[in-house]
Amino acid sequence: MADTKVEQMSVNVVKEPSLMTGAVPTKDWMDVPAVFKPGNYCYPGKPSIMEYHNNHTLPGLFGEAREFAYEDEDWKLPENWKEIIINGIKERLDKFRSFKVYMDICVRCGACADKCHFFLGTGDPKNMPVLRAELLRSIYRNEFTKAGKMLGRLAGARELTIDVIKEWFMYFYQCTECRRCSVFCPYGIDTAEITMMGRELLHLLGINTNWIMEPAANSNRTGNHMGLQPHTFKQNAEFLLDDIEEVTGVRINSLNFNRKGAEVLFIIPSADVFAEPGIFTFMGYVVLFDHIGLDYTISTYSSEGGNFGLFTSNELMKKLNGKMYAEAKRLGVKWILGGECGHMWRVIHQYMDTMNGPTDNLEIPKSPLTGTVFDNAATTKMVHISEFTADLVHHNKLKIDKSRNDHRTVTFHDSCNPARAMGLLEEPRTVINAVCNNFYDMPENTIRESTFCCGSGTGLNTGEIMDIRMRGALPRANAVKYVKEKHGVNTLACVCAIDRATLTSMNEYWNPEVEVAGISELVGNALIMDGEKERESGLRFEPLAGTEG
Amino acid sequence: MKVLYPFVAVVALVLIAFIGASLPGGQYLFGVVFPILAFAIFLVGFINRIMNWGKSPVPFRIPTTCGQANSLPWIKQNKFDCPSTGFGVIVRMFLEIVLFRSLFRNTKAEMLDGPKIVYGATKWLWLFSLLFHYCFFVIVVRHLRFFTDPIPGFVQALEFGDGLLQVGTPVLYQSDVVFVIAILFLFLRRILLRQVNYISLPADYFPLFLILGIAITGILMRYFIRVDVVVIKELTAGLASFSPKVGDINPLFYAHLFLVSTLLVYFPFSKLMHLGGIFLSPTRNLANNSRMVRHENPWNNPNIKPHSYASYEDEFREFMAGADLPLDKPLEPAPEEKEEKAE
Repeated sequence: MADTKVEQMSVNVVKEPSLMTGAVPTKDWMDVPAVFKPGNYCYPGKPSIMEYHNNHTLPGLFGEAREFAYEDEDWKLPENWKEIIINGIKERLDKFRSFKVYMDICVRCGACADKCHFFLGTGDPKNMPVLRAELLRSIYRNEFTKAGKMLGRLAGARELTIDVIKEWFMYFYQCTECRRCSVFCPYGIDTAEITMMGRELLHLLGINTNWIMEPAANSNRTGNHMGLQPHTFKQNAEFLLDDIEEVTGVRINSLNFNRKGAEVLFIIPSADVFAEPGIFTFMGYVVLFDHIGLDYTISTYSSEGGNFGLFTSNELMKKLNGKMYAEAKRLGVKWILGGECGHMWRVIHQYMDTMNGPTDNLEIPKSPLTGTVFDNAATTKMVHISEFTADLVHHNKLKIDKSRNDHRTVTFHDSCNPARAMGLLEEPRTVINAVCNNFYDMPENTIRESTFCCGSGTGLNTGEIMDIRMRGALPRANAVKYVKEKHGVNTLACVCAIDRATLTSMNEYWNPEVEVAGISELVGNALIMDGEKERESGLRFEPLAGTEG
Repeated sequence: MKVLYPFVAVVALVLIAFIGASLPGGQYLFGVVFPILAFAIFLVGFINRIMNWGKSPVPFRIPTTCGQANSLPWIKQNKFDCPSTGFGVIVRMFLEIVLFRSLFRNTKAEMLDGPKIVYGATKWLWLFSLLFHYCFFVIVVRHLRFFTDPIPGFVQALEFGDGLLQVGTPVLYQSDVVFVIAILFLFLRRILLRQVNYISLPADYFPLFLILGIAITGILMRYFIRVDVVVIKELTAGLASFSPKVGDINPLFYAHLFLVSTLLVYFPFSKLMHLGGIFLSPTRNLANNSRMVRHENPWNNPNIKPHSYASYEDEFREFMAGADLPLDKPLEPAPEEKEEKAE
């Protein structure tokens, strides 16, 4: 739970003087240093974890492993930290056109300002996407442009100091790379690109957060970010079969692991076998695949769809993602199916084939039930579970009893990445409408390409920064509240594992009584399985409509 | 300071031109040398900047998808906000550059008691930026009359259209009026909107004042203070053909020309390069087809390989065997090791 009580927070966000509530700071932003205090930053990577990275993942990219605290004056940076940063910027300007162009062309029109959930919730000027980028641009101007060198502050340039580095750490970890600002920017300037560069630069100095670095290390070693070893991963998943049997009366025997020769490799975000409400989503997948007789397998080696490298550096993203194709090849599957996860799908859709393709062993995905060829995945050869299920629904391949979701009035949270980096908007809605009778979208400024982040993406979903998370989640929570009051919505559906965790915290805080569910859980509830008993509860043992009495 | 300095700078530029043009040889300097130099710097600087951007590759295909993607055949794709083909991208870029599509989406968020956040549509920025840019464009095209002989038909047609209201003598161009209003809107917005005010730099006010100065000096010459257009055209047409003749012209003209020269020099080194940059923005100018068509990264590092399955199995083989997970390399009984572990 957050440190500030919700009653107090409800007043704070409206009344406290901030740029969002009508107050104007008296000092220019360049003269306001970042102040670290408990609750407004994440802890640094543990030395043991950073040593693991330096020895086993990507030596040279993560600075020196060391013990320090962000509240300390001295962050124990290397002697030549300035040189490292300047060279780091130079290297990235040469590697990324996005970075170079976005350093130059912003006109500060302010269209992005009130589009960021963190700005809406905190009113902190440096959470306006434009200022977040200016934190880095001001240094770029000073070091790399004639105008900045000649005119200094008049041209928006400033000296690179330790305080600047600290400020970067503060605000590049108050951005979830959700890209909402880039929808509204007249030049498409994408703050996610800026934040990624900022974080890469900070990594060079060994500035990071344990909440990202430890899961990344786990993903490398055990295959999943939870650090579940193969036997545990399997046991966790199989344990859920007992629950399915209890709810449905059907013992599922089709779940299997690391099986060579399966047609499809299924990759999920690993939290789906570990924690509520993700495990209910997992139960939904398993019920669905059993229902349609899909020839699939799950890998314990490539047991993480999520990619903590994306929150770190493009190199680590590539390294962690590489397991997917490697495992598909080793197992000899025809194509890959991916579970419900947001940023996982940004990596798969926009990066995977470029980084780790082309594949020579996989085939263009084809649904064995409908014969649909997924041409939109012709080169990547990986299909989203919502695309796959929507296709099944469209071809009437599922036996469905929608009334088994009648105890739920559902709305749908478009996760940032599937919405703004994929364009996956109708597929999940098709599936929901096929398995639920009561579905209501949130207001249009808060869904689809304009969707609001859960407030805790990109590795920010830690208890260390609960206040900031709850502030960042406010715009999303507010839209949920709207449909809750108007339509009696009690279920927030999503296709993202991080969401399943973070929206749950969000609702506990802002909208008690609204539950979070992966779409596949709703599918699992509605599927009429062969030999099933009369169902009295849903997959999470909640009573169905009409059975409460 | 953020507003005052740029204002003073533009006033100073005007004074420099007034004084400079009245000194011996000044008319040639301000009427011929500076403009030619400025134009050269503009051209070289502009091209340089574009080439410099172009030198950096686009390693990843990262369009911001603003609508339904190309997916299953029965799902309607939003072909222009989420294009998957080259043609779709061209339409998207056209809408972006010609109609400011993204700015049209703009909303204004307000925090009310509750807390309750409300979002209202706000099209003012979209409208006035569009007016500003189109008026600027029309005015630049109209000025071609000073550099061409005979004056091309489209310039004359544009002049006729722009003066359609037939007000006053000389005929009032609507673009002049709207231009000034739009500049003032953009300026006042920067002053009055607290968020925009806070993010604004001197480098945001300077081009506004500069362009306003150009507009005012131009308007003064056309409508209020008589200047000898024939002599001006001798000079400007001469500039275009590199054989300029400097006659006796009102100093206001030199102020106008000097501000224009300043704008040309300033352009390639400033945010005004958004004119070129928008064409190169990877979130807008790429098709959303990266799962369909392979996108190459020229610096992709083939040496970055995943932690291998073999080493994974090596580490966890015993556990995997115990959990009946298939193994690539069977578990070999290693009695000595086992004994060690038993201790």
